Amino acid sequence: MAGKPMLHYFNGRGRMESTRWLLAAAGVEFEEKLIESPEDLKKLVNEGSLMFQQVPMVEIDGMKLVQTRAILNYIATKYNLYGKDIKERALIDMYVEGVADLGEMILLLPVAPPGEKDAKLALIKEKTTNRYFPAFEKVLKSHGQDYLVGNKLSRADIHLVELIYYVEELDPSLIANFPLLKALKARVSSLPTVKKFLQPGSQRKPPLDQKTLEQGRKIFK
Amino acid sequence: MAGKPKLYYFNGRGRMESIRWLLAAAGVEFEEELFETREEFEKLIQGGSLMYEQVPMVEIDGMNLVETRAILRYIAAKYDLYGRNLKEQAWIDMYVEGLKDLNDMIMLFPFSLPEEKKMSLDYILERATKRFFPVYEKALRDHGQDFLVGNRLSWADIQLLEVILMAEECKPSVLSGFPLLQEFKARVSHIPTINKFLQPGSQRKPPLDEESLETMKKTFNC
Repeated sequence: MAGKPMLHYFNGRGRMESTRWLLAAAGVEFEEKLIESPEDLKKLVNEGSLMFQQVPMVEIDGMKLVQTRAILNYIATKYNLYGKDIKERALIDMYVEGVADLGEMILLLPVAPPGEKDAKLALIKEKTTNRYFPAFEKVLKSHGQDYLVGNKLSRADIHLVELIYYVEELDPSLIANFPLLKALKARVSSLPTVKKFLQPGSQRKPPLDQKTLEQGRKIFK
Repeated sequence: MAGKPKLYYFNGRGRMESIRWLLAAAGVEFEEELFETREEFEKLIQGGSLMYEQVPMVEIDGMNLVETRAILRYIAAKYDLYGRNLKEQAWIDMYVEGLKDLNDMIMLFPFSLPEEKKMSLDYILERATKRFFPVYEKALRDHGQDFLVGNRLSWADIQLLEVILMAEECKPSVLSGFPLLQEFKARVSHIPTINKFLQPGSQRKPPLDEESLETMKKTFNC
């Protein structure tokens, strides 16, 4: 009765990529309906499928979920990647929101006004090495366990590792002084489901190129 | 052993106000440490209790929780305001995230430049009445119940009331096309814990005035 989750978004990472990572890491097969024109988006809006007229939208278990965090929270809970109690969930949320804050800066970099791009990139690098990476390295150091929370893989590890890949795309040297983060990245990347997702041919989306950016701009104005 | 939750922020609404609302609605007494100067804020950072050197921070149940959503979700779950099952949680999350978008617009409005102000206000009101409020009016109309999710009070209702009141501060007649939201507002405002929070003398913070805005800018360097 329940088919595979269906993801509605345009053909790029954007705000849907963390959902793709999470589903893939959880070993959940999913389908994608790619929005390729303003008309495609309008159709979804007119159908009433988008609560706030926005994507991402994921059809799952009879619901049309919108709002990235609502989608991620649902998937993480359903597939047991959200800790064992509300205290573990609070720690996971703290880490995930920090990842999201840095992730948001990186996400928006391509659409920064040209004159501001260099300054924004410098800020991202600075925050990565002075605020965010030290915070997560400290967590791993404090308990010496393989994963951020509860000695078990959770969404916090998956979102952080995804972020590490994006940081490395910007500047591979930024992770140099964070041995525990490097180890986490290696460990999570070698999990069978994640390893599969990292192979060519998976549903993982590449970095934004000019063509995809233009398409995104047309669709989302 | 567990004392009252303690909130660390400056003396204004900002990103802490939703947390104050949720605790108050849940009937939870809380303390606040409100800083007035940059030095006080920096002292807190030096103390090492801010994971990302940012506030809001709430000391609760032995944790120094930061990140607004992490704090709100913990409180909602702890005080049974987060639905009874995963699907209800998803609906609450969708509603709350939508409100946050609108909430952020209203919250950032005082920081917009003077020449941007009229445009920002028009934009906020347009979004409120065309994108956001219709969703909540429809939700209430579709199921005919008193609350947004699961026929009982949840975090979504509390957040909605908070945003309605903030929108009305921007434009008192903003709910004029939304009869069910008007009834909702009256009904939820009368819940005893919420009613108490709406009285003068509660820990609810007033809208940002010029003086508080300057203090906040100085404290947070923004």
